[in-house]
Amino acid sequence: MTWPALLTLAAGTYLIRLVGLLLPGRVRVPAHVERYFDLGATALLLALVAVSTFTQDGGFAGWARPLGVLVGAVAAWRRVPFVLVVILAAGTTALLRLAGLP
Amino acid sequence: MDVGSSDRTLREDARDALALAVAVSVVAVSFGALATAAGLPLLITMAMSLLVLAGGAQFLAVAIIAAGGGAVAAVAGGLLLNLRHLPYGLAVADVVGDRWPAKVFGAHLLIDEVVAFSRARGSGARARRAYWTSGILLATFWNAGTLLGVVAGSAIPDPSVFGVDAAFPAALLALLLPALRQSDARRVGLASAVIAVATTPFLAPGLPVLAGLLGLAVAGRE
Repeated sequence: MTWPALLTLAAGTYLIRLVGLLLPGRVRVPAHVERYFDLGATALLLALVAVSTFTQDGGFAGWARPLGVLVGAVAAWRRVPFVLVVILAAGTTALLRLAGLP
Repeated sequence: MDVGSSDRTLREDARDALALAVAVSVVAVSFGALATAAGLPLLITMAMSLLVLAGGAQFLAVAIIAAGGGAVAAVAGGLLLNLRHLPYGLAVADVVGDRWPAKVFGAHLLIDEVVAFSRARGSGARARRAYWTSGILLATFWNAGTLLGVVAGSAIPDPSVFGVDAAFPAALLALLLPALRQSDARRVGLASAVIAVATTPFLAPGLPVLAGLLGLAVAGRE
């Protein structure tokens, strides 16, 4: 990683972030389009959840991780405090790996 | 809302943001260790965490460099992965702030977990406070963790031993639950998740998540 490459990645990332924040103020957005902005964020975040739950380097991540996420999801659904959701998910996956599940 | 319950909400939000930041710092430690093992100097590694502030893109860029892919491929891969931040901005523009200094600084904190954390708290003053609290905490812990990883280097165990890789999707999912009370969000979210996972074996990293936007096709009418 060279300095020019690093600065290009940093500047590009920052601009991507800034453009999204500035656009809605510049352009008058009809209400039904705003609904798609909101749904779009949900779609992207859930896609990220799914990809990071099930896949690793383009293949299946193994069972330990999705099972940990499942335990965390059930806990969150049962309104367990957020801190515990995170600990339960990580703890389940860690224990399953300790038991030999990849 | 009376002052007492607002104080409690403030404390709870700060506690949850701190939990998220601690999990982030564990990943950051492994990033610092990995980048150092790949031969990146301390200054470059730290500048990456400080200026890029996007875990996925940083790991990807270092992996590409380590595999001999070259700087152009590393930058292109990282930017592709970060394209999802643009629609995030559209969704949280009002929450981040109205005036330009807020947008200029707030843009740097536009991180997956921060967007989810803030959106789980609606779109009012509480969501705005949540955005800035979690953003500043995550940025701080991300950089502190990276430094620790660089310094401790190969003494750091693989974070997958602690199951941290399961903590992040679980945390994001927990933060998304309020949004998923809407049936159109559930429909779109399910379609998006299926599309993203199904396309992962065939597309470059970053594209499957963007392809998830196609899930908007099943949004239907309001």
